[in-house]
Amino acid sequence: MSVATADPPVLRRGLELPRAATLLRPGVILAGLVVAFFVVAAIAPALLSSGDPDKINLDAVLQPPAIDHVFGTDQSGRDLYTRVIYGARESLLIGFGATALAMVLAIALGGVAGLAGGVVDGVVNRGIEVLFAFPVLMLALLFVAVFGPSVRTEIIAVGISSAPGYARMIRGQVMAVRDSGYVEAARALGHPYGRVVGVHIFPNAMRPLVVVATLGVGQSIVWASGLAFLGLGVPPPSPEWGALLDAGRDYITKAWWLEVMPGLAIVLFALSLTTIGRWLQRRLEGGTAR
Amino acid sequence: MTPDLIPLPVRPSEIVGAGADQDGPVADLLRVENLNVGFGDRHRYREIVRDVSFSLRAGECLAIVGESGSGKSVTARTLVGLTGDRSRVRADRLELAGRSLLGLGDRQWRRLRGKDVGFVLQDALVSLDQLRPVGKEIAEPLRLHGWGSRGTRQEKVIELLREVGVPEPEMRARQRPYELSGGLRQRALIAAAIAMGPRLVIADEPTTALDVTIQAQILDLLERTKEQGKALILISHDLAVVSRLADSVAVMNGGEIVEHGTAAEIFSNPRHPYTRQLLDAIPSAHSRGTRLSRTVVRTGLGSSVVPLAPRGEGPVIEAEGLVKRYRGPDGVDRTVVDDVSFSLAPGETLGIVGESGSGKTTTARIALALVAPDAGEVRLNGEAWSGLSERRRRARRRQIAVVYQDPLSSFDPRWNVERILADALDGEEYGSRAAKRARIGELLELVGLEPEHRARGPLQLSGGQRQRVAIARALAPRPAVVVCDEPVSALDVSIQAQVLDLLCDLQDELGVSYLFISHDLGVIHHMSDRILVMCDGRLIEEGEADRVLTRPREEYTKRLVASLPQLELGPDATPDRPQAVA
Repeated sequence: MSVATADPPVLRRGLELPRAATLLRPGVILAGLVVAFFVVAAIAPALLSSGDPDKINLDAVLQPPAIDHVFGTDQSGRDLYTRVIYGARESLLIGFGATALAMVLAIALGGVAGLAGGVVDGVVNRGIEVLFAFPVLMLALLFVAVFGPSVRTEIIAVGISSAPGYARMIRGQVMAVRDSGYVEAARALGHPYGRVVGVHIFPNAMRPLVVVATLGVGQSIVWASGLAFLGLGVPPPSPEWGALLDAGRDYITKAWWLEVMPGLAIVLFALSLTTIGRWLQRRLEGGTAR
Repeated sequence: MTPDLIPLPVRPSEIVGAGADQDGPVADLLRVENLNVGFGDRHRYREIVRDVSFSLRAGECLAIVGESGSGKSVTARTLVGLTGDRSRVRADRLELAGRSLLGLGDRQWRRLRGKDVGFVLQDALVSLDQLRPVGKEIAEPLRLHGWGSRGTRQEKVIELLREVGVPEPEMRARQRPYELSGGLRQRALIAAAIAMGPRLVIADEPTTALDVTIQAQILDLLERTKEQGKALILISHDLAVVSRLADSVAVMNGGEIVEHGTAAEIFSNPRHPYTRQLLDAIPSAHSRGTRLSRTVVRTGLGSSVVPLAPRGEGPVIEAEGLVKRYRGPDGVDRTVVDDVSFSLAPGETLGIVGESGSGKTTTARIALALVAPDAGEVRLNGEAWSGLSERRRRARRRQIAVVYQDPLSSFDPRWNVERILADALDGEEYGSRAAKRARIGELLELVGLEPEHRARGPLQLSGGQRQRVAIARALAPRPAVVVCDEPVSALDVSIQAQVLDLLCDLQDELGVSYLFISHDLGVIHHMSDRILVMCDGRLIEEGEADRVLTRPREEYTKRLVASLPQLELGPDATPDRPQAVA
């Protein structure tokens, strides 16, 4: 590539940087496959398992993992593998739903605080701090008490509890971008404020959040599972992963697979999302200005 | 980071050179022969320094001059073993006081650094530990080399601070870097470097971030160090700074020394074209109206591409009694701009010069109506400007544009050049997308960029190219005035020369006015028709550029002009310069 200008090509750092970062590592590919697998499970579980998640078979109760039941069976003889596959839909729904809710709340709160500054910022900030101070469990209990245990309740509980963290981040980002050189340059060009917010401030403030949100989905599933394990989640007979953990708790000494297999699904999915999130982070940060 | 696994290639000359050969005519303190430094691994290896040789005696100063990427800093770092793990150092000879520095281990380097070689880094704010009092920082090399006891070290630190001209050393030693001014921080760094009385002091761009008056003080200090019999290596991009101290000068370009000679030779009779180019590129009083770079003068492109915004006969900007106060963190109001008035005629360049904190940038921001003045008024093209509401001002913002010091941060990082310029053209009517694209092409041509730059992001451009894009963006709305806030301060001399030439060409072609802000008196003198000198927010002196800078009336201006390092051409050309007050 030739550079034909009056300037000698002194600085070409921008062209050299990303190469290593764009290379797909085997771990990232594997993580992608795991996520793809569970997404397929959530959309069309029948593709991945021919069984029926709710089919009771009292002749094969609490069977350990073997050829015909790779994940074993539960106390009612239901095939655990099939249940984990069918549980993906609700679990992923909680993961993505809670993160989406958290983001919406965070963008509203953080965006307003960051843009307005002054008194508004102070008020919103105190609000965020109050939310921070609430234990997730307390919130969840509150919502379960009001709405009854369901997927929707979990989404709301987990979503609201993770919102303040994101809101803080967005506020900081918005403030940094708001005071940046290119926002001032846009103002100096005479662009209306609304356009500056929409074209410059918002997209640039959201950039790092793509990564954080990816990490957040896995995190939300883990949180929701934790709630479910304590009996605050989706009620049985749902095969939601957290609910599976909860149901298997009573048999923990007799049938380890009831805890380990759904637990494995959660860990694998969360880990894969984290891996992809980190990879995205490296990629995006490799190619942009500080 | 992985440790360097590539063994240093051992040549026979190194083994012999280690101690056997000491029969030179006068014992050189430092001898470097055919130094090569490269970075990377087997797959990507790049030689940054190639076949560099020099020697240095006690009490002498060698200046290594070059632009960024020339390898001057790497050369300096090699002498203290700080090139890093992935580097590879080869040399026929690399000796300090007869002792070979090749193949030293980490421990041996640590014993040498500070004690035999003192290293003064460029930016004192990042080079000093923010959370440690500077006194502790200076005591550190003493402690590491086992000098004295805690109490005697304390005394030594005070003594050192006094030696480098820090007032009230007892109090300053207890302060942390952020509580000190740039000049004091740089002094503290020098104190730390000379604490153990090294025979060789290396200073890497020691005055680059400093104001001229402070720079003059630091140069005095380095000169004293030299007079005390220390050998001094001065790394700089600034030939004028170097000319004051250096006995010999090595000009580096692309990792090689292209010219090496005594300071008098280099400055009065440069032989290598690159050296001549560097010297020509320095803007000053003498260079006014001439071209600094070797780019071709472009002809007659301008006015068809950027017809000027309509304007009247009178001044484009009139500023009357501007005042701006800010509340400091201590709750005390500080007057940043204090009763400043000026006017700018069509096609004129008004330079604002002053040291950091003098209020020149705030003045510019008031002129741009990005900051509202607390008192006073700015009129643009004869109409009200600073007093308007933002809504009413918006439509007229296209009459005044701005070019910043750091173009990178003034571009949205997601955008490429095409998008940046298209954004600046918004608000004008274009019949078709193609017409707009064509206009972007014209703008690029106007500032000397190629069509292939359209798709590049800001990070994929060099510093000079970025500033060209910034200038194109400023000119896109056909402004009557462009505010240039330190537009070349972050650029190398030769790039600076090209950008200044470009700005002059554009003014000739378009008749645009510049409000040109710089701390660099040479740049200001080269560019400006008239000059405002500012200090502490007040207007100190105003007038024709030549008059103000050659026959200043005010005491402050005199001092400012006096502390500007001039290229000293030979020993008899040395002016009788008053010593700057500490």
